[in-house]
Amino acid sequence: MTKEKIESILAGYATNKKEGLLPILQDIQAQNGYLTEEILAEVGKYLNLPANKIYGVATFYDQFRFSPCGQFHIRICRGTSCHLFGSSTYLERLETGLKVKAGHVSRDKKVSIEITSCMGACESAPVIRVNDEYHTHVTEEGLKALIQSIKEKTK
Amino acid sequence: MLFDIEINNQPVSAKRGETIKNVLDRIGINVPTLCYLNGFTPTGGCRMCVVEVDGATELVPSCSHPVTEWMKIRTHSPRVLKARKVLVELLLASHHDDCLYCDRNGMCGLQNLAAEMDIRERKYHGKRQHIQVDRACQSIVRDPAKCVLCGRCIRVCDEVMGVSAIDVIGRGCDSKIGTTYNKGLNINTCVKCGQCIMVCPTGALSEKSQLQSVLEALNNPEVYPVIQFSPAVPASVGEDLNIKASKDILNLLRAALKKMGFRQVFDLSMAADLTIMEEAAEFVERMKNRDKLPMLTSCCPSWVKFLETGYPDMLPKLSGCASPQQMMGRLIKNNITSAAGQKAENIFVVSVMPCTAKKYEADTDRMKDGTTRMVDAVITTRELIKLIRMLGIDFSSLEPEAGATHFGIRSSAGNLFGISGGHLEGLLRSISFLMSGQELSSLKISELRGLKGRKEARIKIGKVIFNVAAVSGLANARVLMEEIKTGRDDFSIIEVMACPNGCINGGGQKLNSDEKNIRSRMKAIYDVDEEEIIRVAHKNPAIVDLYERFLAKPGSDRSKELLYVNRTKTAAE
Ligand code: SF4
Ligand code: FES
Repeated sequence: MTKEKIESILAGYATNKKEGLLPILQDIQAQNGYLTEEILAEVGKYLNLPANKIYGVATFYDQFRFSPCGQFHIRICRGTSCHLFGSSTYLERLETGLKVKAGHVSRDKKVSIEITSCMGACESAPVIRVNDEYHTHVTEEGLKALIQSIKEKTK
Repeated sequence: MLFDIEINNQPVSAKRGETIKNVLDRIGINVPTLCYLNGFTPTGGCRMCVVEVDGATELVPSCSHPVTEWMKIRTHSPRVLKARKVLVELLLASHHDDCLYCDRNGMCGLQNLAAEMDIRERKYHGKRQHIQVDRACQSIVRDPAKCVLCGRCIRVCDEVMGVSAIDVIGRGCDSKIGTTYNKGLNINTCVKCGQCIMVCPTGALSEKSQLQSVLEALNNPEVYPVIQFSPAVPASVGEDLNIKASKDILNLLRAALKKMGFRQVFDLSMAADLTIMEEAAEFVERMKNRDKLPMLTSCCPSWVKFLETGYPDMLPKLSGCASPQQMMGRLIKNNITSAAGQKAENIFVVSVMPCTAKKYEADTDRMKDGTTRMVDAVITTRELIKLIRMLGIDFSSLEPEAGATHFGIRSSAGNLFGISGGHLEGLLRSISFLMSGQELSSLKISELRGLKGRKEARIKIGKVIFNVAAVSGLANARVLMEEIKTGRDDFSIIEVMACPNGCINGGGQKLNSDEKNIRSRMKAIYDVDEEEIIRVAHKNPAIVDLYERFLAKPGSDRSKELLYVNRTKTAAE
């Protein structure tokens, strides 16, 4: 992300108050996919916060990423409801089926898996999100098909 | 408002607004602490200081819990003792039990707690952390596996230094203390001051030791080892050796260093005198041109680093002088040693400093001549104590040795460089002489003495009145720099020392120092100033001689070449 681009996002936040930190980071991540050191430094300059403080805050939340994710970014919910519906086995299947460990990106940069805490859709457990698409009430067969389709698309 | 509370069945009076710990401290009841730092806002993070309060279901942390009327407190009830013990046992659960190999062995807060709680076995077996030791920084080593997450380093770095180089990264059981993107501590923002080491209760933070290379130099017959020490060292070295700070300690220290095998011993106060001469000339020049004011002092490498990263546009205001450590190193390699019939490349210059940042300073490119270092190794006061013990030097049987070698004479002005305000005081004495031909009416400038983090004075020299300021603790420097950025322009000279109260409280000094130590170190240095015959740099015969024989005059080309820094070279990490 270019400096100008970061600046234009920052300009959208009229006051440079610290309260703006999380929305700013969310906004930037939505456009860039992840947060870089340069981004933290720029945001820090704007909010008058040390970059290290921003990194500390950002690493507290699951939602922020610090390295690029794959073309297919899979988020699997490991909240309580999803766990009761077997999300731990699902995670294992995803990892072995797609040959990527959670928290990592495949070598060809095409697939990445991320564990998230509750997505707030407990009534639809188990939930798996691929990029912006939610898969709810995922079944064994559904998962197999999902893995298959991702494999095909990334061949 | 005063009211009564009850502590361990005894009535005690307490004030509204006090914490339980405040009251306990006053009446002499000790509770163990880990995250608590005197003078800081309590965070209540470690829970080690918990006490039992009647009517409360949970134990409360005494360091942050306010007293209320009729409160009944038990500080060492079975429930409290058990809770504290479990806390320590849990901290130990994931600790590497490698105390014997730890820098803090025998001085560790965690060891003390385990002993206090009478822990005799490993009760819980947690996952050991395997995080790499961070040795990227020239000054400081970080071993995150030994960290107990008390957060004291973060608070000092934030609140005292105003730097915020480190913070808690991640959350829950994955939390650790680190830098942005988990990089090594050789990041640009860290100023290597070592204040974080001073508050770390465990061996998670320590200085990067250079003792090995010093020992090698001492034992290599081809090498000519010499040593120089900062004025803060004699003021504090006695503490660990149980010798009272006095005038003699300086000569005892010289004798000890000689006995260790250093061929020549130099007092950096003499280089500080030289700094005064050069800075005085520099200042008069700037005053004449009304340029680059206020002049900022440049002796403290942490401060210089802070300015470079935080206020690069202020850099021209920085004095061009190298620090006394570097001046002396260069003089030794260029002048003295040839006088002693030694080739520069065989000389091994060691500095003893109260400071960790000096290790970094001596290693930066602009402090080298090409690839030759001016100072080959920098050890802290703590490392010196280790060396003294290792080499079996017994201070009580030493014959004091006066400084009869090259550059042995110093004025007490240079000696003041160890204290916040002292550099400025010494400098003003010579500026007065240079500008008006007269000494200051009172050499002692009381406004610049004392424990405050910012001291200001108005000094009249001839017909002109100068406003000057001395700040210590970089957070105070930040406030002042912001004032200047927003238009304040009445200061002529600003002295900055990164560590609170200056070098005497540097990051390389004795661990667990308290205010009493600081006061006694201050007293030692001011006493020298009272008693010394030569109290101004320009009357130091060694300085006069050096200019006559070698440097011509302050600000001369030769001076510029030897004693100044080329700041256009960037600070290589
Ligand atoms: S050395 Fe100083 S600046 Fe660096 S992390 Fe420690 S306290 Fe902060
Ligand atoms: S000392 Fe009170 S909670 Fe840590």
